[in-house]
Amino acid sequence: MIKQRGWKEVPTAGVCWVPATEYITGDWRTFKPKLEQAKCNKCLMCYIYCPDGAVEWRPEVGEIEFNYKYCKGCGICANECRQEAIKMVLE
Amino acid sequence: MVKIQQQVLALTGDEAVAYAVKQSEVDVVAAYPITPQTIIVERFSEYVYNGEVDTEFVCTESEHSALTACLTAAATGARTFTASASAGLALMHEILYVTSGCRAPVVMTIVNRALSAPINIHCDHTDSMVERDACWIQFYAENSQEAYDSVIQAFRIAENPDILLPTMVMLDAFFISHTLESVKVFPDEVVRKFVGTRRIPMVRSHEGKLVPFKLDPENPITMGPFDIYDYYFEHKRQQEEAMQRALQIIKQVHDEYEKISGRRYGNGLIEPYRLEDAEIAIICIGSAAGTTKTVVDQLRAQGTKAGLLRLRVYRPLPVQDIINALKNVKAIAVMDRSHSFGAHGGPIFHEIRHILYDAPIHPKIVGYIYGLGGRDMPENLIHQIYNDLEKILETKRVEKPVHFIGVRE
Repeated sequence: MIKQRGWKEVPTAGVCWVPATEYITGDWRTFKPKLEQAKCNKCLMCYIYCPDGAVEWRPEVGEIEFNYKYCKGCGICANECRQEAIKMVLE
Repeated sequence: MVKIQQQVLALTGDEAVAYAVKQSEVDVVAAYPITPQTIIVERFSEYVYNGEVDTEFVCTESEHSALTACLTAAATGARTFTASASAGLALMHEILYVTSGCRAPVVMTIVNRALSAPINIHCDHTDSMVERDACWIQFYAENSQEAYDSVIQAFRIAENPDILLPTMVMLDAFFISHTLESVKVFPDEVVRKFVGTRRIPMVRSHEGKLVPFKLDPENPITMGPFDIYDYYFEHKRQQEEAMQRALQIIKQVHDEYEKISGRRYGNGLIEPYRLEDAEIAIICIGSAAGTTKTVVDQLRAQGTKAGLLRLRVYRPLPVQDIINALKNVKAIAVMDRSHSFGAHGGPIFHEIRHILYDAPIHPKIVGYIYGLGGRDMPENLIHQIYNDLEKILETKRVEKPVHFIGVRE
């Protein structure tokens, strides 16, 4: 939890004093994307469509991975997956 | 005190503004034409075409875009200017709040014009009074000379790192904007030196670095992001603080300007005229103050203790200065060239009565709505107001607090 500052300490004009990466959006999630590796053909549609950049491509192992710290559980990846390799499951 | 040689030019109010902008070394001017402001940007575009200024002139497709262009240019650290009026200002409404919220010190002149319908291009103050809550500093000029002087001062005030608020300089449509007057102007280099270059304060970025408060790819910062119930209120509270700080800085800039120009407008915030021992007084803004001064002189010649208080700055409202200036006055008439329909009188009337509630003085106060849509406010009507005040002084009673003057029954 970031300490909430008073108006005398806050930078003017809404200038951010912490990077957006410190804003953990993963706890917004109700449904969680789950990948069935066997069905995945590495087309990376999920990687392209994710609005939060929470789908990460791991070239060293040739797999995708979800970053649950930031994934809001919107389900776009599951919707776009042609292979039906991504299922949204209740947290 | 070193007075600088000034040249007298025959200029309309609009031309005087364009001349002041030309001399203030503005980086970006974005504008969309609207009567009676058009001449300002027309003249300025001539300066650009003739190579007399080094300004990026942007012809936008609307006033909404014109102010957006100024706001974003100002966010990169540029000095920016635009001008509008009436419906044009109304179309900017949304961006007025974004500009002040982003603390972008845009300077804009508004040539006060009535709002439609019925369509009208003449003077009243409705357009800028609608925007009094937008956190823009508001100046109201009495004549072309003051319009010239105020625009030059406005850049210094808006861009002051302790303020960083957009600033509007108002002049009355046609009465000032299109009337040729003799205006004293400085040599270019004097204005350039007075206004100086824009000083950019430092801010702590999200990377923890101290960086200039401007959009710069080398030192990225974020301005005006999503800001809900957790911080929005704090940012608005800061804007109020900047407004209050402006009171002192407006006076300082005005004093400094007097040293080179020899001209003063009261203390820079309010201009009392023969008010020291006045028993009855009118409070007004804009060009009507000129006519009122003539009437005050006539009444004084007859022995009537009449005075005038002109508000030069309406935002921030110089509360304490107004209370102090009115300490000996027993009956006050507040003249509004705009009306708040369904309310009890016009906006200046509201605020003057409101600030005197806690003041040690309790004069009688009446409000007059006048001059809507450019209706003339001649001397005889101002005499009528002072007559009403004399009656109030005698009877110690206010029969009717709100009047419409100069309208046919």
